[in-house]
Amino acid sequence: MELTATWYLVLGALVFSIGAVGLLIRRNPLVMFMCVELMLNAVNLTFVGIAWGLNDVGGQVAVFFVMVVAAAEVVIGLAIVVAIMRRRQGATADDLSVLRG
Amino acid sequence: MTLQVFVFLISALIVLSGALGVVLARHPVHSALFLIQTLFGVAVLFLVVEAHFLAAIQVIVYAGAIVILFLFVIMLLGVDRSDDLRVEPLVGQRPLAYVSGAAILGLMLAVINSVDGLTGRIAETAPINRPSAGTPDINILAETIFTDHVFTFEITGLLLTVAVVGAVVMARRIPGDLQPIPESALDSGVLADILSEGETPAADEGDAEEGGDS
Repeated sequence: MELTATWYLVLGALVFSIGAVGLLIRRNPLVMFMCVELMLNAVNLTFVGIAWGLNDVGGQVAVFFVMVVAAAEVVIGLAIVVAIMRRRQGATADDLSVLRG
Repeated sequence: MTLQVFVFLISALIVLSGALGVVLARHPVHSALFLIQTLFGVAVLFLVVEAHFLAAIQVIVYAGAIVILFLFVIMLLGVDRSDDLRVEPLVGQRPLAYVSGAAILGLMLAVINSVDGLTGRIAETAPINRPSAGTPDINILAETIFTDHVFTFEITGLLLTVAVVGAVVMARRIPGDLQPIPESALDSGVLADILSEGETPAADEGDAEEGGDS
């Protein structure tokens, strides 16, 4: 049995699906962010796996930039969460149900 | 079974159990700790396929900075109420979530299964394993980033600057009163409820601090 890039693709698909389901079923905005991080990591896994399979460093470059964007996204997202929580203690994502008129 | 396969299977187990833990843990702090487990597993998987620099960055940036930022915000806000997964405020949301997750997974696995291995072309311009052996992957990565992708690199620098400025602006407490809400909006019942909830910030903050200590 030999390791191939396909193994990385399958693992990436599994982690991505777990992250997607978590994003949909959890209500705490912080945990939803963590699920987004899971999905980004799943994509990173597939990028690195394909870069290795095709012997091309381009995949690793993409992962590098994804990490930068993920860091920026977390900084902004958590700033928004802090700003909202300061106004409304214990706000959750399901509070959007009060938007129905 | 080669060593590579062995390490892959162990780390895949760590990654998957950590991912499930993030989703299923009641407490946000436990989710963050499971996230660290997943990120370390992914770093090991990067090492298996010779992405040494990315593995180091994964540990430093994700486990060292991002998760710490999560824990810091949890500590700051006192968001320590556990989340009951059985309560379902939006009817039908959870079954739909499972169905769409299974659909995503099924589609991706079908695509992976339909092709026999990778269909791309083996790289000629920027290979990881050079014939001039001994070159570490960090040199090749740096060479590619600072030649082919230098404009993207500049843009990400700009993005980080914007993110830092935005975070500072949003975290700042604005002095003075808030802008008044229009009279017409106040007549609506739901908004009035929200406003009356939010009118006791002192009590809420006291609760949060007590919760954070426990």
